[in-house]
Amino acid sequence: MQWLLLILLIAVVGFVISAYNRLIALKGETLNSWKQIDVQLKRRHDLIPNLVNAVKGAMDFEKDTLEAVIQARNQAVKIQADASPTGGMQALAGAEAALGAALSRLNVVVERYPDLKATGNIGQLQEELTSTENRVAFARQLYNDTATTYNVKQQQFPWNLVAGLAKAETVELYEIEEPKEREVPVVDLSMKPKA
Amino acid sequence: MSAANLFEQQRRNRNRSAVLIAVFIVFFAWIGFGADGTLYLQSAGAEPGQYRHTFPFIGIAATLLAIGMTLFAWKNGAKQVLSATGAWELITPSTDEERQFVNVVEEMAIASGLPKPKVWIVPDDDPNAFATGSDPKTAHLAVTRGLLTTLNRDELQAVVAHEMAHVRNLDVRLMTLLAALVGVIAIISDVTIRGLRFGGGGRGRSSGGGKKGGGGALAIVLLVLWLVTVILAPFISRILALAVSRKREYLADATAAQFTRNPAALASALQKIEHAAAPTKAIKHGTAHLCITDPLGRRVTNKEGFIADLFATHPPMARRIARLKQMAYQYEKTGKLVEPAL
Repeated sequence: MQWLLLILLIAVVGFVISAYNRLIALKGETLNSWKQIDVQLKRRHDLIPNLVNAVKGAMDFEKDTLEAVIQARNQAVKIQADASPTGGMQALAGAEAALGAALSRLNVVVERYPDLKATGNIGQLQEELTSTENRVAFARQLYNDTATTYNVKQQQFPWNLVAGLAKAETVELYEIEEPKEREVPVVDLSMKPKA
Repeated sequence: MSAANLFEQQRRNRNRSAVLIAVFIVFFAWIGFGADGTLYLQSAGAEPGQYRHTFPFIGIAATLLAIGMTLFAWKNGAKQVLSATGAWELITPSTDEERQFVNVVEEMAIASGLPKPKVWIVPDDDPNAFATGSDPKTAHLAVTRGLLTTLNRDELQAVVAHEMAHVRNLDVRLMTLLAALVGVIAIISDVTIRGLRFGGGGRGRSSGGGKKGGGGALAIVLLVLWLVTVILAPFISRILALAVSRKREYLADATAAQFTRNPAALASALQKIEHAAAPTKAIKHGTAHLCITDPLGRRVTNKEGFIADLFATHPPMARRIARLKQMAYQYEKTGKLVEPAL
């Protein structure tokens, strides 16, 4: 009888230790991939003044577009400062999406000036910008995947019993709620003349 | 690819690497101790005072040599492979293409969650790419100059993702060990055969003059067996190298799609590489199985069936492309990446 109890005790302790370690490891991975997003966003924010300076002279008459980019960037920098996996992700994702939109408008404008693209280092800056956008996207992909695993694990039985001990909290995903993107496009194939 | 699938593949690669090392060392031990055995039986009937081969020092030396070479291959295999292709390391990119390449590698390092590998360029105009190294932390990724000029950004990204998939699945460890050890076996076998042809005449004369020992028949059997192993070793090790690399190409294609979420880009990259069918001259036989497509441009690669399965380093290109297109179609429709069944 005592033997059985002892074996049971060892099994329980063993499980608690391994579950605890698993949760801590997942937490570490989640924070790590979050840091990656942070680094890449900072890179993006640092790049924008360079880009703006490079095109400013040639595009005096497109001031609004430039102004919008700078504002969106400053807004994003402010919000990034207090975002973390457990809070502020939605706001950050929103601010970054707004910045992305402003940047792509600027890109459209730059495309209209072939001379601008040929001279100076705009071509290089554009490659840097593309790469940075990709890095943010891939960092986000990795973060969302790890964070989802972490969230699911800490709620699953029996890991949820140890979640409090490991100070595991549900983390927010880096997602943008854009109702427009989710809408099903209406396709009209009837070829009827529009009334 | 699910996490379970990934761990399974990593475990399999670890095991296969261990088996490969064991087989390599046993092979050397067999050659060494076989030579000892033959000498022992030949000299067993020698008169007192003459040399008798009793201590198996050839076998011990060969085994130690094999262990040493494995350690060397583990540490320097990647460098051997890279220097065999004449690649140079890209440290500070100077052209737009190089900058783009370095950027793409960094992006894929982020997507795969691995440290950024060292980046190399092979001076060859045929598009091809490979990864090497015995650990994800010290991996190397090399592409030919032709690849950089042929592919657009998305396609280059897909190819780099495919190589990063090999790194993450630990395929590169096994492949690099294979490349290094297969090379060594080929050389050893070559040298031994030449040595025997040379020394064989001398022994024939001396045994003609002397009398036959008691273990004569046994010695001959052992000698023949030993010779057969030495002669067949290069073929066997080559087939081993080929067999190991085909299935994992499908897996790496699927993992690459997981990293980029863009299976269509890899499909079109493979198509472009396929069209530039000129052999990659810088890449030799011994490293063929490391590349994204068969660098030797062999016809057998595009066939199916038993012979092709035995001798091709890569699965048929048409099938790889078809699988990727299937994945792309599914992804467009359902938003989920599912690897098609084999």
